[in-house]
Amino acid sequence: MSVRVVPGLSGPEQKSFFRVTGVLLLLLCLPACSNLGVEPWERDLLAKPSMQIQGDSLDSAFDDHIYFSKEASSGGGGFSGGGCGCN
Amino acid sequence: MQLDRKKSIGSLLALATCSLLSSHQATAEESRWKFDTALLYYDEDERVTAVEPVFAASKTFADDSKISLKLTLDSLTGASHNGATISDQPQTFTGPSGSSSYTIPAGEIPLDDTFKDSRGAVSVQWTGPFKDGRSWSAGANLSAEYDFNSFSLNGGMAQEFNKKNTTLNLGISIEQDQISPVGDTPLEGSLYSDQIKKGSDEDKTIVDLLAGVTQVISRNTLMQFNVGLSHSSGYMTDPYKIVSVLESADLPLDYVYESRPDTRDKVSFFWKTKHHLETDVIDVAYRYMTDDWGIDSHTLDFHYRWQKEGFYIEPHLRFYQQTAADFYRTNLTGSPAPGIPGSINIDALPSEVSADYRLSELDSTTIGIKLAFDMGKDSELSFRLEKYSQSGDTDPADLDALIFQAGYSFYF
Repeated sequence: MSVRVVPGLSGPEQKSFFRVTGVLLLLLCLPACSNLGVEPWERDLLAKPSMQIQGDSLDSAFDDHIYFSKEASSGGGGFSGGGCGCN
Repeated sequence: MQLDRKKSIGSLLALATCSLLSSHQATAEESRWKFDTALLYYDEDERVTAVEPVFAASKTFADDSKISLKLTLDSLTGASHNGATISDQPQTFTGPSGSSSYTIPAGEIPLDDTFKDSRGAVSVQWTGPFKDGRSWSAGANLSAEYDFNSFSLNGGMAQEFNKKNTTLNLGISIEQDQISPVGDTPLEGSLYSDQIKKGSDEDKTIVDLLAGVTQVISRNTLMQFNVGLSHSSGYMTDPYKIVSVLESADLPLDYVYESRPDTRDKVSFFWKTKHHLETDVIDVAYRYMTDDWGIDSHTLDFHYRWQKEGFYIEPHLRFYQQTAADFYRTNLTGSPAPGIPGSINIDALPSEVSADYRLSELDSTTIGIKLAFDMGKDSELSFRLEKYSQSGDTDPADLDALIFQAGYSFYF
């Protein structure tokens, strides 16, 4: 016997209930996703150098070089090639 | 009503002033080159010491296109683990060139101190202006050291959507490496005592694909998610690393040259978030990587920028964990061949084997702090001090290193 999540609905009805709920949730989610973000005049903090996603380029280049030569993983934030014979 | 109108005129004026100021600032940056200089000092306890000066210059043009140039020099001295196990007897090894040898006392990690290298690398990167929300980029890297040369080209595209709140990034990089081992390339899996060479020049190719989305979540929060695919093919063995063949726990009969697969496919998932706390900034990143060598890794990286008047302090924490490659062995076992003096039998010699601890199960931790001072006119002086510690199942995997970096950035 299948588990009745919504009381009073048969097996196939349960399935279509979840399908419809899923589609509705997805439709509700879409505008929410496009609502993420800010208006151009709300970019005061995002425009600061400290909020640039790549961070300090020399710090991260040194880190990538060190960890590439000492560990078996590389890349992720950028390309994984090391350009060095240290690994 | 009147009050409302005044208020809205006031905010319009403020907005206009802001945009005037920001466009003025942009013009100032356009006409100047930005220079970033730094010196890295990396020192492992009793092993490698590296000194690495970097000089970078970049300029953003009126149309927002940008060019960056970078020169890196690298000088390495010290010793690195040759792959052999610790023995209760002294072990003598021949240096890669074949003309020198070194002896490791009983009970000590076999470190090859003939290791010495210097490297020079140049890179150029160009990012085009955004037209209809789309921008193209291209770059090249060239790196040369005594026994290794590398050249790579990359290209990318960034597409902005949703009032520039969503940016899709696609990139490709192709790297070609040439390896010319000191004393030629040893035959993989051959006995160290036989010194069989198979050639003098090897090469490998790495193709990287990267796709990512950067999303503005709110006025304070920015998020990035990347998926990276990497395919390497060619010579990936370390020509200077060997694997001990032991008869009993501590007694080495001989060694074999390590042998790695000639292809490697990696997939990485990377997530990063930056959150502005009105003055301070939190930066958190996580990476999961998996490959067909059997290595899975997790990396967690955390920065907190503590902003003060005229300077900032930035603590840094990083945790890394990896599983071992399928072909990683601490050693092989064998026995003297009966009736043939100096010859040995190796029990089940695998076609691929390496005792390089960097392919073993490994944990590492970085703890550090950065201090940066605003020197006026957009220039910055910074210092970074970190401690990097590795630990694994074997003694060579236990390593501590000190990282010190000094940097100065300015516009000219």
